[in-house]
Amino acid sequence: MEFRAELLYSKDHEWVKVEGDTVLIGITDYAQSELGDIVFVNLPEEGDEIKAGEAFADVESVKAVSDVLGPVDGTIIAVNEEILDAPELINESPYDAWFVKVEDFTGTEELLSAEEYQAFVEGA
Amino acid sequence: MGSYVPNTPEERQQMLKEIGLSSFDDLYRNVPEEVILKDPLAIPAGMSEMEVLRKMQRIAEKNRVFTTIFRGAGAYRHYIPAIVKSVVSKENMQTAYTPYQAEISQGTLQSIFEYQTMICDLTGMDVSNASVYDGATAAAEGVAMCRERKRGKAWISETVNPGVIETIRTYCYGNGMEICMIPEKDGCTDLDYLKGHIDGEAACVLIQQPNYYGSLEEAEEIGKIAHEAGAKYIMSVNPISLGVLKTPGEYKADVAVGDGQPLGLSLGFGGPYLGFMACTGKMMRKLPGRIVGETKDTNGKTGYVLTLQAREQHIRREKASSNVCSNQALCALAVSAYLAAMGNKGLRQAAILSVSKAHYLAKGLEEAGYRTENKGEYFHEFVTVSEKDSEKTLLALEAQGILGGYPLDEKRILWCCTEMNTKEEMDEAIRILKEVAAC
Amino acid sequence: MLIFEKSRPGRGACLLPECDVEVFMPEEKYKRESKLPLPEMAEGDLGRHYTELAKKCQGVNDGFYPLGSCTMKYNPRIDEIVANLPGFSEVHPLQPEHTVQGSMEVLKLGEEYLCEITGMDEMTFQPAAGAHGEFAGLLLMKAYHESRGEGEKRTKIIVPDSAHGTNPASAVMAGYSVFTVPSGADGCVDIEKLREAAGEDVAGLMLTNPNTVGLFDKNILKITEIIHGCGGLCYYDGANLNAVMGRVRPGDMGFDVIHLNLHKTFATPHGGGGPGSGPVGCKKLLADFLPSVTVRGEERLTFEKPKHSIGEMKGFYGNFLVVVRALAYIQTLGREGIKEASENAVLNANYMMHGLKDLYTMAYDDICMHEFVMDLSDLKKKTGVAALDIAKGLLDHGIHPPTMYFPLIVPEALMAEPTETEAKETIDRAIAVFRKLYEKASEDPEALHEAPKTAAVARLDEVEAARHPIVKYNHQDI
Repeated sequence: MEFRAELLYSKDHEWVKVEGDTVLIGITDYAQSELGDIVFVNLPEEGDEIKAGEAFADVESVKAVSDVLGPVDGTIIAVNEEILDAPELINESPYDAWFVKVEDFTGTEELLSAEEYQAFVEGA
Repeated sequence: MGSYVPNTPEERQQMLKEIGLSSFDDLYRNVPEEVILKDPLAIPAGMSEMEVLRKMQRIAEKNRVFTTIFRGAGAYRHYIPAIVKSVVSKENMQTAYTPYQAEISQGTLQSIFEYQTMICDLTGMDVSNASVYDGATAAAEGVAMCRERKRGKAWISETVNPGVIETIRTYCYGNGMEICMIPEKDGCTDLDYLKGHIDGEAACVLIQQPNYYGSLEEAEEIGKIAHEAGAKYIMSVNPISLGVLKTPGEYKADVAVGDGQPLGLSLGFGGPYLGFMACTGKMMRKLPGRIVGETKDTNGKTGYVLTLQAREQHIRREKASSNVCSNQALCALAVSAYLAAMGNKGLRQAAILSVSKAHYLAKGLEEAGYRTENKGEYFHEFVTVSEKDSEKTLLALEAQGILGGYPLDEKRILWCCTEMNTKEEMDEAIRILKEVAAC
Repeated sequence: MLIFEKSRPGRGACLLPECDVEVFMPEEKYKRESKLPLPEMAEGDLGRHYTELAKKCQGVNDGFYPLGSCTMKYNPRIDEIVANLPGFSEVHPLQPEHTVQGSMEVLKLGEEYLCEITGMDEMTFQPAAGAHGEFAGLLLMKAYHESRGEGEKRTKIIVPDSAHGTNPASAVMAGYSVFTVPSGADGCVDIEKLREAAGEDVAGLMLTNPNTVGLFDKNILKITEIIHGCGGLCYYDGANLNAVMGRVRPGDMGFDVIHLNLHKTFATPHGGGGPGSGPVGCKKLLADFLPSVTVRGEERLTFEKPKHSIGEMKGFYGNFLVVVRALAYIQTLGREGIKEASENAVLNANYMMHGLKDLYTMAYDDICMHEFVMDLSDLKKKTGVAALDIAKGLLDHGIHPPTMYFPLIVPEALMAEPTETEAKETIDRAIAVFRKLYEKASEDPEALHEAPKTAAVARLDEVEAARHPIVKYNHQDI
């Protein structure tokens, strides 16, 4: 199980990468391994608002569908269309397969560090 | 009484004993005493197979089966090749469940995959589902799948079959979409009205081709208006007509729907029929209902499975956009067997025979005092208007064993011809109608 | 091999005559330009193609089919003969009423008998399937609340967590939000939780009883009372009616509206996924809202539109020929046979459960109704063999597996419903096979992971199918 030190994490298993004025958001290695083979992702549209704790996307495996919850508040300025065509990227490389890029974000202070998240997952 | 329970009363007692019970009553001990039925059901006693057959035959005889039919309006009597009936009566296909266990359901799954392919070829679309209940529900589901967050209005042409419009209305009553009717002008969709009124909240525009009155719509123009407004374009089509007419794909429709009944399903007093639904690749994930896909087994052998299931209710539950959890599989089998038996040549022939005969009948009816109302081109249905009363007209035909067209009002009748109508029977109908007096 | 790969240009059959009138062709601009690559085959090869497909299907006559919640009982052949009588199959739905008195009699008798069996007052046959019936039933509720000026405030449908997925999906289609109420440890509705949920915002409750774990909810009267107490209505999902006919009726349990699955309870064939028929019955208070038309009258039957009808659910009168089959079935069994069918469905289920419960963990160890649910999580922990593997193992023994992984509240669930049309020795043999597979799970789990061995294909890659969908044949020449 991989935990990247440079990322922030939510208890709902999303990672957040801060890049100046924007953040990238995806799901963690733990999340993808729990979900199993991901076959499709429903992504929001550019311009949509994202809210902490509320679903902004969902991921489908063959026999299940799970919401992806917002780790921060903000406005979506880009979605990763690559994972629409190749959802397997989320399984293969979860920390590169970002879902959305968000600006005007708030709420990163609520997130966990890699160490904290690892402890949270292993405690669960 | 008839029974399909194999176990004898003695065997039943033995089974009860083995599980430690003494009577059937014990099996129902969790049912509250106050709701247990005290009396037998007030329905007749059971019957032998022979008696049931006789009774049902007697009921069937109270229906009149017409040998000559000039009525369509949503249900069409076409020729059904003998092999179609033989295919759908194969017991293992007829009595199988939904193909959830793919390994032992390859027959059903492959037949649906072939059906999907034929529907795509017929309509010119990229993806077809495994079918829904009928043409009306296919249209209603088609409207629902076009809904977007900021687009909740469905523009429906008044020239669509009224039963289909009513069904869409019911579905929209449920899901809260707003219906905007596009009025009819000279028997076709009023393009100017649509152009002047459609706005950015439009989810879709739905028309029927050929329309309810048999007329051909300016489908390309309508599609352009829909797309300019950012709405999806849904075409409800008669599948036989696609043997010669332009496809929804060629008209750049986003969704094609229709009733598959003309393709090898008997009239059956309205059902079971089948609704086909096909769409562009872009809309695939919004398409409701079952979809079969090709894949490989663990040995690398090609096989078929139900796929994209995460769209469906059994997984998505309250987040599913449709509750459809079945398809009309046996009807889809009939449709594919029909299309395979007819082939391109046969389907084209059925279409040409139908349209040619409709034009022959229309000409004859003109001579008998029934003027064709359709302004432009029509396919195998057309409307006549006459000084002669519709009911009188139809009763005169009925007296001679002919089911005439469908009465739209006192003066107007919607007629239909298919390859089943011979020149002789059309001449006979025209002869009878020449004798009907004007009122 | 797909039918398209068997096609050869120029082949085909002669099915239609030459045109006997002047040929009319539509104007060029309306004509199709794209090719139509339908198969071109001789009739004999076509016949063989479908015979081959039929061999790769498992029907009810191919063997034991204990598929829970689906009621895979024998489909009587006489019902097929009756449905194919030209007097039924060759009738146009828009014929004048006086020429379709027979069809109308079918609908009238069907309504009369099924209302008596379920304790309802009126019924529509327009819904084409169970899910379609649910949608219709919910719209009846919606119209009812609106007629009383309560449409705005009643926005919630209560659904137990053990419900079929169609229930919540149908509620949403009808514009409602769904409130999920948990099941208690006994598999029945948690009464306290239900009480908490029942308020003025509740439009109604959807319930299957016997429920999806195969138990008759003993608190049923309390449940319907709680819902009625808050002004809501009670919807009965008739999926499991086959357990209780002639013993107890949904109408007497307090339900206001129900749907039936004629393709389950009333023995019409499933057709590989349809067509079914999902008639909706209701009490008087909802009858004015029923969709489409109902048949009324004695000697001369007429179609009448209910006063405040919700409109049309689909075209015409529903899946009429399926109703014909069900009517023939009901008349064959009659009042004694209907009850006998249910009793024996319940007996067979209990007998099978009894033969397995020392090995397989039962989700609820109580007398079951027509089906029971096994929980294989212990077996999976011990051997790695999951419910899926046991199911696939059954395929190699000619037995159709029980329903897998449903209801969602039981982990590693297998739900078995033998139905009344199976003989004792068939169930005995099935019990023996289930037991053998259980032993095999410990001895040779790998073999079960690889099952089935004897089917037309081995396990299929569903992940690849969903990730990169191929949903039609790619014609090479286009």
